[in-house]
Amino acid sequence: MTTATVPARPARIRAVPPASRRPGLPGTLRSELTKILSVRSTYWTLLAQAVASIGWSVLFCEGTISHGAGPDFNAAQASLTGQVALGELVIVVLGALVITSEYSTGMIRTSLAVMPRRAVLYTAKAMVFAAVTLTMSLVTSFVDFFVGQAILSSKHLNTTLAQPDVLRAVLLSAAIVTVFGLFAYGAGALIRHTAGAITAMLGMIFLIPLLAQALPTPWYQSIQRWLPGGSALSPIPSSAPAHSPFLFSAWGEFGVFCGYAAVLLVIGAWSFIRRDA
Amino acid sequence: MIEARGLSKRYGDKVAVDDLSFMVRPGRVTGFLGPNGAGKTTTMRMILGLDRPTAGSVTVNGKHFAGLYSAMREVGALLDATAVHGGRSAYRHLLCLAQTNSIPRSRVNEVIGIVGLEDVAGKRSKGFSLGMSQRLGIAAALLGDPDVLMFDEPVNGLDPEGIRWIRLLMRSLAAEGRTVFVSSHLMSEMENTADHLIVIGRGKLIADCPMAEFIADATAQASVVKTPDDQKLADAVDAAGGSVQRDQAGELTVRGLPAERVGELALAHGILLHYLAPARVSLEEAFMELTADSVEYQAKMEG
Repeated sequence: MTTATVPARPARIRAVPPASRRPGLPGTLRSELTKILSVRSTYWTLLAQAVASIGWSVLFCEGTISHGAGPDFNAAQASLTGQVALGELVIVVLGALVITSEYSTGMIRTSLAVMPRRAVLYTAKAMVFAAVTLTMSLVTSFVDFFVGQAILSSKHLNTTLAQPDVLRAVLLSAAIVTVFGLFAYGAGALIRHTAGAITAMLGMIFLIPLLAQALPTPWYQSIQRWLPGGSALSPIPSSAPAHSPFLFSAWGEFGVFCGYAAVLLVIGAWSFIRRDA
Repeated sequence: MIEARGLSKRYGDKVAVDDLSFMVRPGRVTGFLGPNGAGKTTTMRMILGLDRPTAGSVTVNGKHFAGLYSAMREVGALLDATAVHGGRSAYRHLLCLAQTNSIPRSRVNEVIGIVGLEDVAGKRSKGFSLGMSQRLGIAAALLGDPDVLMFDEPVNGLDPEGIRWIRLLMRSLAAEGRTVFVSSHLMSEMENTADHLIVIGRGKLIADCPMAEFIADATAQASVVKTPDDQKLADAVDAAGGSVQRDQAGELTVRGLPAERVGELALAHGILLHYLAPARVSLEEAFMELTADSVEYQAKMEG
């Protein structure tokens, strides 16, 4: 090949200052925050989560006032179950959307063309989603709690954050919602399809525990604590010390779900990094 | 500078790109031509690291795309103008891209001005026309003020004014010393834009030459002849490796031989010529002829 004779050209004046560091996680985190806050679906899902979990708290606590408290009544649980049972379902949608919408719109090609370090992009996306979700979930969990306790206080059934394990129940309720969202994020990275990822999640949360109940009772009792949904979730929003002999403590069950989420996040990462975009 | 070496991509049994080697140099517009389905987009996706080559490799400024220091400052690409989240405003879209590479907000406003989207920057891109989307995609490509620019079918669906704008933009980017690599399935789009051509068909390299050479070759190899001895001339041309086509006006178009050679053949065979002139074969025709064997989906024409 002959040497190309390129005429000497004055150096172009750069319109953009050079990068002081190699673009990585900090810039990508800012970018992902811009992304998640600039689409309406984020606000709709977070609003739906607030409505669902606060609504549940109001209905459940009002019901307790009118029907009276049962033997298993736990004041923290009465106000927080909605967050865990319903909030998580809504957040699963957002967790899947933040990644599947990149594929459905084609935005992923643009995103990877500006940030080709896929592990960085995947991590930043997950971190921003988790931060936004955890923040909002903490807000709604506290609102759930205070609204519920205000209602229960008319019959003096209420509890306070100063009581043992109550603050833990409020915080873990918010955290578990976020972990479910991250699970959906991993599923979204793997399936790359919003409806598919959400269906897979719901199947896991609802169907697996339901099918497990069909097993012979001793079998069910021995696997109950390991299930990704159903009664295994019940210790989390509760401040009662022991819930069932067949379940772990709140922290233990929280750990189980973190384990599920971690596995799916790793599989999702592998898929995100290795497969053609 | 973009350099592909033995680049190949297969999806299952289907070969999309087949052992492609080429170089795209700075300071000129390089047209990347081929019929639909020839593998242009796949090649561009591999350049951007979106798809992993089955074999071979491609580098930008000597590095694999993922290894670039600041991707946006080195490569700007427009693959598909509609590949944006329609729910996001044009400004937020560009901002989120700029932030990944720590490109200042002022530059976001600057590129919005360059492509003329000031009036709709705050609007969600869902409602954009194709022309506006193309401009948004080009704004994104320009954000990092990169040395290498790639555009995949940038004038698809644009009105004449938009086509002219993109053409001028590409020419001025190349004039600033940048590498401009632009794909198209239409020769006519490249005629006034590209300095250099890389032509592919069925994933294989067909031609890699300066535009001027392509034009010269295309026009040098065809001529129009009028003779009373049609058959005799046709036989002679045939024997010499050319081809003859007769039109309704009785003129013969000779292809595959330069006009001088046709004159020599006529003299040697004692054929009377009424006239002989180099033909003005359109580039589109030359391109079609070049890629005729490699068209993926060809409509069968009767007659």
